[in-house]
Amino acid sequence: MDRIIYLDHAATTYTKPEVLKEMLPYFTEIYGNPSSVHSYGRETRKALDLARERTAKALNADPAEIIFTSGGTEADNLAIIGTATANKKKGNHIITSSIEHPAALHSCQYLEKNGFQVTYLPVDEYGLIDPQDVKEAIKENTILISIMTANNEIGTIQPVREIGAIAKEKGVLFHTDAVQAVGSIPNDVRDMNIDLLTLSAHKSHGPKGVGALYARKGVRLNHISHGGAQERNRRAGTENLPAIVGLGKAIELATQDIEARNEKLRALRDRLISGILSSVEYTRLNGHPTKRLAGNSNFSFEFIEGEALLLSLDMKGIAASSGSACTSGTLDPSHVLLAIGLPHEIAHGSLRLTLGDENTEEEIDYVLEVLPQIVQRLREMSPLFNQDKGGKIYV
Amino acid sequence: MYSEKVMDHFMNPRNVGEIKDADGIGEVGNARCGDIMKVYIKVENDIITDVKFKTFGCGAAIATSSISTELIKGKSIDEALKITNKSVAEALDGLPPVKMHCSMLAEDCIKAAIEDYRKKHLKTEVNTSAKESVE
Ligand SMILES: Cc1ncc(COP(=O)(O)O)c(C=O)c1O
Ligand code: FES
Repeated sequence: MDRIIYLDHAATTYTKPEVLKEMLPYFTEIYGNPSSVHSYGRETRKALDLARERTAKALNADPAEIIFTSGGTEADNLAIIGTATANKKKGNHIITSSIEHPAALHSCQYLEKNGFQVTYLPVDEYGLIDPQDVKEAIKENTILISIMTANNEIGTIQPVREIGAIAKEKGVLFHTDAVQAVGSIPNDVRDMNIDLLTLSAHKSHGPKGVGALYARKGVRLNHISHGGAQERNRRAGTENLPAIVGLGKAIELATQDIEARNEKLRALRDRLISGILSSVEYTRLNGHPTKRLAGNSNFSFEFIEGEALLLSLDMKGIAASSGSACTSGTLDPSHVLLAIGLPHEIAHGSLRLTLGDENTEEEIDYVLEVLPQIVQRLREMSPLFNQDKGGKIYV
Repeated sequence: MYSEKVMDHFMNPRNVGEIKDADGIGEVGNARCGDIMKVYIKVENDIITDVKFKTFGCGAAIATSSISTELIKGKSIDEALKITNKSVAEALDGLPPVKMHCSMLAEDCIKAAIEDYRKKHLKTEVNTSAKESVE
């Protein structure tokens, strides 16, 4: 293969040409400030409104409920810190999970340092949260439940509808980080009783550095950065118009034909999973066998380390990741893999391969050809690998 | 992010393996990340005549393991003991700052193998070498 096989779609995706095309005029020709009264401003206001309508439609929300942000990270911060501080009089307890993205997890930890109490719910071996645990964790002073729709590392899809029903019954706000889920599973905020939802454009063939928070009408939200009255006075700062236009278009495209796309992705993913599990021993699939994103696969290869695996794959023209891209700067194994019960050394040897629309069967077969050799080479160098004794993993 | 030399030693590591009748064996874990290296040495007349390693670790760990075995092969014990994680990293044309800790693995492991050799073969020197490793 003389081209690079991109299998890191959970980290980011390319911006689709039709998305970019809609964005371009807003850099040079249509550049007014949407807050301006004059014709320049009116024109960009129209584009902002259209992006808001498209985003709202994808979630079955009202356009007035969409707040554009600088990405999924800011939307998570705004959802969690913004609602917690605005509802402080009602209580100071938050429920979340142990496998959230750092954007949500660190927002909760920040609140903990500032007088809030946080319950981090455990997950089972597949990364699933038990709705019953959510119910039992709710106390008098609980103000917010924040549980991601689908996990970015292992792809496990949470029972969001059940959690939404519990939150509604108990009168607690429910936020979900749907950054990985948008475009992969339908998200109907009305039907699923979601009060706040985070999304990000760059995971769905939109530009980087732009996201949105859906906040149901009536949800009290404090500013997390201070300034002008943009976004109905919920997010200050002149709007990043080209990016927002791109987000609107990307989300519109991503939420069309979900099932047809998923069918293709699932077939490729399952070919990859069964191919790897049958050709590489001492290997396990992380995440749920069926309740997982159509494009996600995540493996642990016993006796070897993830970075060495990534470098070797890169030399063979395969772009992959080991755990979350955001986590790779730290030395600790992924908190998600530890939460599903993997020992440190097995969490170390993890590989995430996330598929996208442009991947082909031929590419998967190439991966299936080179990966077993790479794993074998690294194992032969590993002091932990002893062919006679076997491994700890049973699949 | 890695130099060409690091990638060369990662892709074509020198001296991988085990020595069945080794004179000294060192095995250490990296305190920062949990990665593991094992070194085997053969010593004749105070000279390290053969060395092999196995490493469970990142690219930098494998590359530093590989080059450090090259650096000590054919050297006297005293010369080999002068190896530091800095000299190992320099021999690879440098490592990214976040990967400097990986080179500790090689330094510590080689010193552990030499210590093991001394314990087994030069009973009189046990005390001094034990002191060194504490410092
Ligand atoms: C689940 C999840 N939440 C939040 C984020 C952060 O989004 P962004 O990169 O737009 O800040 C990501 C992206 O890595 C993610 O996967
Ligand atoms: S990260 Fe562990 S040795 Fe490099």
